[in-house]
Amino acid sequence: MKLKEMKVMTEKISRKKGTTKKTRSTNINEIDKNTNNKNANSKNTNNKIANSKNANSKNTINKKAITLTQDQYRKAKHIQNSKPIIFIGMGTCGLASGAQATFDTFRSEALKYKLDIEIIPVGCVGSCFLEPIVDIKLPGKARVAYKQITSDKVVEIIQRTLQKEEIIREWVLGKYPVEPSSSDEDFSDIPLISDFEFFKNQKKFVLSRCGVVNPRSFEEYIAYEDGFKALAEVLEEANPQKVIDDIKTSGLRGRGGGGFPTGQKWQFCRDAQSPDGQKYVICNADEGDPGAFMDRAVLESDPFSVIEGMIIMGYAIGASKGIIYCRAEYPIAIKQLTNAISICSERGLLGKNILNSGFNFEIEIKKGAGAFVCGEETALIESIEGKRGMPRIKPPYPATYGLYGNPTNINNVETIAQIAKILNYGPAKFAEWGINKSRGTKVFSLTGKIKHAGLVEVPMGITIREIVKIGGGIPNGKKFKAAQIGGPSGGCIPAHLINTPIDYEELKEVGAMMGSGGLVIMDESTCMVDTARFFMKFIQEESCGKCIPCREGTRRLLEILTKLTQKPKNDYEVVDRMKSMISLKELAYVIKDTALCGLGNSAPNPVLTTLNYFRDEYEAHLYENRCPAKACIGLLSFRIDAEKCVGCGLCKLNCPNDAILGEKKQAHYIVEEKCVKCGLCKSNCKFNAVILE
Amino acid sequence: MATTTTNLISPKPVKIWINDILIEAEDNQTILQVARNYGIHIPTLCYLEDVTPTGSCRICVVEIEGAPKPVPSCCTFVKDGMKIYTNTPRIQTIRKVIVELLVANHDMDCLYCERNGNCELQDLAGIYNIRGHRFLGSKRQNPLDQTSMALVRDPNKCILCLRCVKVCDEVQSVHAIDVTKRGFESIVTSTFGKTIHESSCVLCGQCVRVCPTGALKERDVSTEVMEAIDDPNTVVTVQIAPSISVTIGEEFGIPVGTDVSGKLVTALKRMGFNAVFDTVFGADLTVLEEANELVKRIKNGETLPLISTCSPGWIKFMEHEFPDLIPHMSTCKSPMSMQGAIIKSFWAEKKQINPKRVYQVAIMPCMAKKFEAERSELVNDGLPNTDAVLTTRELIRMIKKFGLDLKMLPDSKYDDPLGESTGAGKIFGTSGGVMEAALRTAYWLVNKKNLENLEISQVRGLEGIKKAKIQITPEMTLNCVAASGLKNARIICDEIRAGNPNNYHFIEIMACPGGCINGGGQPRGMDLEVIKKRAQALYDLDKHYSVRLSHENTAVQRLYANFLKELGSHEAHHLLHTHYYPRSERRTK
Repeated sequence: MKLKEMKVMTEKISRKKGTTKKTRSTNINEIDKNTNNKNANSKNTNNKIANSKNANSKNTINKKAITLTQDQYRKAKHIQNSKPIIFIGMGTCGLASGAQATFDTFRSEALKYKLDIEIIPVGCVGSCFLEPIVDIKLPGKARVAYKQITSDKVVEIIQRTLQKEEIIREWVLGKYPVEPSSSDEDFSDIPLISDFEFFKNQKKFVLSRCGVVNPRSFEEYIAYEDGFKALAEVLEEANPQKVIDDIKTSGLRGRGGGGFPTGQKWQFCRDAQSPDGQKYVICNADEGDPGAFMDRAVLESDPFSVIEGMIIMGYAIGASKGIIYCRAEYPIAIKQLTNAISICSERGLLGKNILNSGFNFEIEIKKGAGAFVCGEETALIESIEGKRGMPRIKPPYPATYGLYGNPTNINNVETIAQIAKILNYGPAKFAEWGINKSRGTKVFSLTGKIKHAGLVEVPMGITIREIVKIGGGIPNGKKFKAAQIGGPSGGCIPAHLINTPIDYEELKEVGAMMGSGGLVIMDESTCMVDTARFFMKFIQEESCGKCIPCREGTRRLLEILTKLTQKPKNDYEVVDRMKSMISLKELAYVIKDTALCGLGNSAPNPVLTTLNYFRDEYEAHLYENRCPAKACIGLLSFRIDAEKCVGCGLCKLNCPNDAILGEKKQAHYIVEEKCVKCGLCKSNCKFNAVILE
Repeated sequence: MATTTTNLISPKPVKIWINDILIEAEDNQTILQVARNYGIHIPTLCYLEDVTPTGSCRICVVEIEGAPKPVPSCCTFVKDGMKIYTNTPRIQTIRKVIVELLVANHDMDCLYCERNGNCELQDLAGIYNIRGHRFLGSKRQNPLDQTSMALVRDPNKCILCLRCVKVCDEVQSVHAIDVTKRGFESIVTSTFGKTIHESSCVLCGQCVRVCPTGALKERDVSTEVMEAIDDPNTVVTVQIAPSISVTIGEEFGIPVGTDVSGKLVTALKRMGFNAVFDTVFGADLTVLEEANELVKRIKNGETLPLISTCSPGWIKFMEHEFPDLIPHMSTCKSPMSMQGAIIKSFWAEKKQINPKRVYQVAIMPCMAKKFEAERSELVNDGLPNTDAVLTTRELIRMIKKFGLDLKMLPDSKYDDPLGESTGAGKIFGTSGGVMEAALRTAYWLVNKKNLENLEISQVRGLEGIKKAKIQITPEMTLNCVAASGLKNARIICDEIRAGNPNNYHFIEIMACPGGCINGGGQPRGMDLEVIKKRAQALYDLDKHYSVRLSHENTAVQRLYANFLKELGSHEAHHLLHTHYYPRSERRTK
């Protein structure tokens, strides 16, 4: 749903002022501690045993822990705030753009200017190209987002916006809608952030809280979009099968890549017999695709949604233990998750007898050591068990024989994060979005040759063309060439198929796959042979080494592609290149057919799709030793244009291999056999006389 | 097994078609098992019976009608109505490409390789008609690990089938090796990339027996032995372990389980060994000393249970993992070292040969014996009990090199006096044999009369753990257990650590599953039927021996009368007993 459509609590809010505390809450931990119902749940633990519940009888649960008082609600929603609130996007993307300096400057300058402000670090709103994003909510006014607020702009904001209440127009990204029931003053002349070009055609569902709420605040999670309402209802209804049926109705499919129907997966696990009664649910947060950061954004910006989804998932399946397998390269995500888990444990949402329902559930975080293959579910299980992350043979599937031999359900972050939202929104209504068998929305991390890189959430069925449009098109007036979708083992979709809709089956049809949401846009300066080589390099490095086709085969694919991007040195190499090119397709298909796990099965996709759609480029490399995109340096030669060369000798001076000949004031010449293609001559020439062709 | 869920349900009969031939099978069988039972050969490089399938080689893939992709037959269970094709053009291409990929990253020095002619990869390269290299490129280059006395690892010949890893982990529970590094750089190695010598490897050699290529092999000492034979100043004596005579024939076209002792003696004499002895003599000595130790410990109320120490792999395992059990270990040397000690003292004295001139070779079914021979405790008067250990496989190669056809050779007798043997010593070659022999003698030691039925059937057979209750006197019943395979040894050791709840008195442990007949130095392969036949052959021999009790071995009796004086005497302790010490991973010698 769009930001402006964000569901609003209907209860009336009294307009009393001055309920907020006066202490400066710049310490992010303090925000969470300002609640008084910390001990509320301790009285409720009268240890009901998880008895088998009748489908018709409703369970009485204690909702006190997840019910906000009016004051808490107003504070969580920052209604009628007494002092200015600064929200700083401090997800990984924000920090990379300098958000930490912005944060520090705000703190120190506020002291200098003797301003009483509250600074709240939030996550990523999706428009990573505009980070650091800083939202300002002046007391009793609408929340306004500023873009690209590096630390040097802070003083100006303090002087103009905070002191004079002036909105700096040129930095404005948009405003957030004001709470209808509140008396906060709106800025009628500032457009809504959801109307911003980048967000306009998106459908924020999974990411709706991201970048808006404080990821460390339990109250804000509840206040925005009914956090924990779905869990309470599920526990109240005490009918796990109905939850699974609801998920089946929604048509939700795994967002991690495979696209297996989530409800069905849960059903298998629920129906499976466990030898000792123990079942597990695992959240796969080992997002390893290069250029993919959807899960990271969710974990950093909205960790409670993952926790709630996992509790519901555990309840539906009958598991009392959940594990979040998060890669150690996501320290902020792990920090936010740890915080969320400890808050939920304190409030009685994790642990024994959750909300007095008799249901027990615990969550543990396991850190992955960075192997790409550990995103594969069975390798992930092996890794949790403390073994080397190598995929197991399937069947048996994890639903019957998973972690420690017990039935286990694994879903990825994006899938789990939307469980509660689907139940709140209505599974049938959710199923209305999308096309064919692909329902709901999908988050993509849009990168590559695109104007606006960032997180994009779109309804299923939207075409790649439309996503490129959301991203603002290709920069520098270049033409769209291909979209690489589905991570390193996805496929490249060429320009003539740009109208392919985002749909599990349709993408498979064209040789790509949905994957977890990596979307790399390429323009005409990208060489497709080189692209295939790049992804193959990644895959072969990340192969676990267990099965022969993947371990040995991907290395050979890489070697063949590398040969293609380099000029053959002698006749032997010419023949060798020809010969290996003949074997390329056969080898790729053998790997696809026989590799043990998903990583290996899809490993040849980049080669096969580029070979299929860009055969002419392969042929140009092979027969003419030419790279049409002029990207493969190994096939290009540096040449000096005798017309332009003045004979200054700078290139000769800088050449590390004495490959340049020529007398002073005479045109110089590059001896190709000696040239190591470092490009120093070109960068040093002041007359643009060195040409790469 | 990883497929527990499938095994919980009782098997149902199913009808399947393999290559359009109707076959009846049960649904707890894999496609590979069914196919093999019906003589349909599906190649594989990683599959091993009784070990969790890894499904890593992908050569055994077959096509199933309706399935989108080929499936590995080693870990796919048959289903009713399944139509399987094992040799379609697609499958043939796949197998060929996989073998080509393996060959491309291989040393390809077949002519120098020990496995030349019996290499599984070489066979497949031949079958799939690989006549050139399509995928030649970079190769994994890792150093040869020659640090161990017994085992040589050549990672450049390794195809990462993981058989060794699985056997080490699941059969032996040693887990000395595993895969490390990623992708193309993956390598099987020991903890933190240490060498085999520094690792906790017990050198049992079970991995060597399953390795499809020349990546794992024994340290070949045949050259050193030949040099000793050729040296006119050296007297080369050789002893043959009990199990060798029933296994070596297999490689010379003699039916499995045939005893070729006589021919073997002839072969060794023709090769130039000066004297050929039977380790069974040493075994008889072990029986006497160990039975005496057992009876003494029971009578004096000393540390029980007593654990046998004939298997060097087991001793190293114990020193690494269960050093606290050292007081339980029998102090008896193994038969090999006892025999060696006697040869270099009693025999040399008798033959008036300077013991320093004696070069004592032992032919063993075992790789860990090479390590045992190097142990500094097994030295008497400055001379090692054993100078060189040859495994069965090395001896086979030597016999072939000498152009001897074992089948055609006449029988000869072992040299006196250390050639006389008994049935009790002969069954040392199989799991439970040491115990059976020792109990026969222990009974005699206590009662001064022999057991009525010499065959103790409870400790016979190929089960990993065999328990028996043996009544020695009306008041004394011994609880005995014989375990083979280190995984089973670990179970028993854990029990003793936990306070010996089953109240064992006497324990026999063999490192290799089934005992020496399945030892790490034996011909390669893991066919259970073959192992059963070898064990049966030893028991049959025992039955036909005129003397079936170690204490009735007249040569042994004479040895005690003239040289060692009595059981457990000072001389016997000097020559026939040893000690052990805890072994951290760092300290291996």
